[in-house]
Amino acid sequence: MQKNNDHSGLGNPFDHRQSLIHGRQCDCQQCLSDPPGVTLAKRAPAASVSATPDNADEMMDRVVESALVRGMFGHSDMHRRQFMKLVGGGTAAAALASLFPLDAIKAAVKEDLGPLEKTRLNVGFVPITCATPIIMAHPMGFYERYGLDVSVIKTAGWAVARDKSLNREYDAAHMLTPMPLAMTLGAGSTPEPFIMPAVENINGQAIVLHNDHLDKRDPQQWRGFTFGVPFEYSMHNFLLRYYVAEHGLDPDQDIQIRVIPPPEMVANLRAGNIDGFLSPDPFNQRAVFERIGFIHLLTKEIWDGHPCCAFATSARFARENPNTYGALLRAIIDATQYSSDPGNRSEIAEAIAPTNYLNQPVTVIEQVLTGRFADGLGGVQDVPNRIDFDPFPWHSMAVWILTQMKRWGYIEGSVDYQQIARDVYLATDAQAVMRELGYEAPEETARNYQIMGKTFDYTQPEAYIDSFEIRRS
Amino acid sequence: MSRDATAEKLSLNVRAALLAIVLLVVGLGVWEGVNHSPLMGGNETLSEYEQLLAGADERASVPPPSEIAAKAWKELSNPFYDAGPNDKGIGIQLGYSLYRVLSGYLMAALVAIPIGFLIGMSPLAYKALNPFIQVLRPISPLAWMPLALFIIRDSEASAIFVIFICSIWPMLLNTAFGVAGVRNDWVNVARTHELTSLQTAFKVILPAAAPTILTGMRISIGIAWLVIVAAEMLVGGTGIGYYVWNEWNNLDLTSVIFSILMIGVVGMLLDMALAYIARFVTYAE
Repeated sequence: MQKNNDHSGLGNPFDHRQSLIHGRQCDCQQCLSDPPGVTLAKRAPAASVSATPDNADEMMDRVVESALVRGMFGHSDMHRRQFMKLVGGGTAAAALASLFPLDAIKAAVKEDLGPLEKTRLNVGFVPITCATPIIMAHPMGFYERYGLDVSVIKTAGWAVARDKSLNREYDAAHMLTPMPLAMTLGAGSTPEPFIMPAVENINGQAIVLHNDHLDKRDPQQWRGFTFGVPFEYSMHNFLLRYYVAEHGLDPDQDIQIRVIPPPEMVANLRAGNIDGFLSPDPFNQRAVFERIGFIHLLTKEIWDGHPCCAFATSARFARENPNTYGALLRAIIDATQYSSDPGNRSEIAEAIAPTNYLNQPVTVIEQVLTGRFADGLGGVQDVPNRIDFDPFPWHSMAVWILTQMKRWGYIEGSVDYQQIARDVYLATDAQAVMRELGYEAPEETARNYQIMGKTFDYTQPEAYIDSFEIRRS
Repeated sequence: MSRDATAEKLSLNVRAALLAIVLLVVGLGVWEGVNHSPLMGGNETLSEYEQLLAGADERASVPPPSEIAAKAWKELSNPFYDAGPNDKGIGIQLGYSLYRVLSGYLMAALVAIPIGFLIGMSPLAYKALNPFIQVLRPISPLAWMPLALFIIRDSEASAIFVIFICSIWPMLLNTAFGVAGVRNDWVNVARTHELTSLQTAFKVILPAAAPTILTGMRISIGIAWLVIVAAEMLVGGTGIGYYVWNEWNNLDLTSVIFSILMIGVVGMLLDMALAYIARFVTYAE
C-alpha cells in the first residue's frame, strides 16, 4: 500500500493522497540528494501506480503529465488534491486526456518509438492534388519505410471523409485545414477532439470561371453568379468569401455559394449549373484542359502561403496508438518535404495519376505540380509555387480560420482562439519530427499574415473580425 | 391448324428478332456516324499551349460505340484484376454490389414476409400498422443515408441498410395483399378438415399467396438494384456505383457508358432469376 505523502521520486498527479510538494521531511531519493523544497515532482497515470519510472521515455511521459496537471491547477497542490479526491484520479486522468491529447504530445517528444501497436492502417483521401503527400507516400514507399502497411482509400467527398473518420473506419485522413477545428468544436457534426499534426499543401487552389465569362474579370460583375466550393468548412469557402467581400460583394446575398464535391465541379461547370468555382486542383486545370473554363486567379494571389489541406486524425487514435501515430506522422512529414522539392514533382505526378489514386491524365497533374500551365486564356504561365508543400501547422493559421468561421456565423459566442489552435494544430509535434528528420522547422508557432494587403494580427482575433464591414457576427 | 399457328408464332419471333437487330444496327450506326471524332490534322505541330489541352477537337463529344466496344473488351477480358483498394476489375466491383444488394434484400425478405403474413391475416394488425407503412414507404431510400451513417457508424452496413429499407415495402405490401386475397372457400375447406391455424397458414394460405409474394420480391430486387448504384456513388469505396463515380471524376464517358450497360445486364439477370423462381409457385385455378 501507498503511504500518505509518499513520493519516491515522481508522485502520481492523479492521486489525491499524494503531495507533489517535496516537504522538509521528504525522504525520497531526489530530496535526499537535492536541497529540499526546490523540486516539484510527480508520478505516472492512475492505472499504473508504479514506483520510479525505469527508463528515459517513461520519465519523459511523467514530466509532460506533470507540467500539464500542474499547469491546470495553477501550481496549487491543495486544489489538485481536493479535486482528485472529489472526482477520483482515474476520471480526472480520462477527462484530461480527452481534452488534451496527452499521449500525442508525448509520442512526438520521444526520440525512439516503441513497437507499433498497429501496422495495417486505413487512411482516407479525396482525389485532389492537395493530398499529394498522403497519396504518393503509398506508391513511393514512405509508409513502408516507417514499418506501416497503409491502404489509401479514395473518398467521395468531405462529408463522407468526416463521417468515416468519426466512425473510425479511417485511422487517419486527408482533411481540409478547417475541418479538425470544426469537428473539435462540434460545428456541423458531433463534437470529437481531432488533431492536425501536419499541413499538407499551401497555395494550390484557384478561382475558375466558365468560358462564357471571359469578359467578366472584375468581381464587381459577378453579382448573381453561382460558385462551387468543396465544403463549408474549407479554405476555399473562406477565401472565396474573403475575396468577394474585399471587392464589395456580400457572399451570402450577392452571389450564391454551393457545396459541390471537387470531382463533380467540372461536370457541373460544363452543364452550366455553376458560373465558376474555387476548388482544389486538378479540377481547375481539368476545366482548362477540357476547354470549359479559364483560371481567373490563383489563390496564392489572395494569400501567398495559405494552408489548404491537412493530415488529421482523432485525438483518440493518437492516444491509443502513440507509436503508430508517431511513425505515421514521420512518414507524412517526410513525404510532404519530399513533395516540396520541385525536382521531384514530375516523378510524383506520374506516381499519383493512375486509376488507383487520382485517376486523371498525367498532363493535367504535371501542369499543377510543376506550375507550368495553360491558363485557358491562350497563354502558358510559369508559377513554380502555384502549389507547395509545407507540413508546419502554424497556430496563427488556425486562429485566422477561426476568425473567418466566426465572421461568417459558423461558430457563435466567445472563442478561445489561441487555446483551440494549440489543442488542434500540434505544431510542437511537427517541429520535433521535422527536426528529427533533418528538416528545418520554425522556432515560433505563430506569425502575422498579409492577406490581400490587409494585415492579420493573430494576437487580436476579435479586433480583426470587427475590422471587416461585411460580416455576419 | 395447330401447325400453322406454331409456324406463324415462330415467324413472329423471328421477325421480332430481326427487327430488334435492325434497330440496334441502325441506332449504333447513327450514333457512330454522328460522334465519330474527326481525324487529327496529322503532321501539324501543336504549340505548347495546345499540347497542354485535351485533344484537337474543340468540343468533347459522346464517345462512339466502337470506343465503348473496345473499352468493354478490355474490361471484360480481365474482369477480376485488383490493383489496390481504389482500382479493381469490373467483375469485383459488380461482386461487391451484388453482395450488398443480396444481403440487404434477404434481410428485408426475412422481415417483410412474416410481417406481411401477419398483416394479411389479421385486419387488426393491418389497420394498426398501415399508417406507419404509408408514412415510411414513400421515403427515398437515399434520404436514410446520412442518418444511417450517423447511427450505424459503418458505411458498409449503412449501404446494406439502405437496400434493406428500400426493398422491404413492395414485399411487405404484396405479401399482405396476397394473404388477404386468399379465397375464403379454401380457408373454410381447411377448417372442415380441422387443420390448425398454423397448418392452414403453411398448407393453404402460403401456396395460394406465393405468386403474389414472388411478384413483390421481383419488384423489390429491381428497386434494390436501382438504389445500390446511387448509394455506392454516395459512400464510395467499392461497387459498381463507385466505379461510375470514379470514372465521372475523370470525365471518362466511355467507361461510364460501359458501366451503364453492365448495370442493365446484371439488373436483367436478377429479374430473370426471380421470374424463373416464380414459375415454380404459379398455379392455375
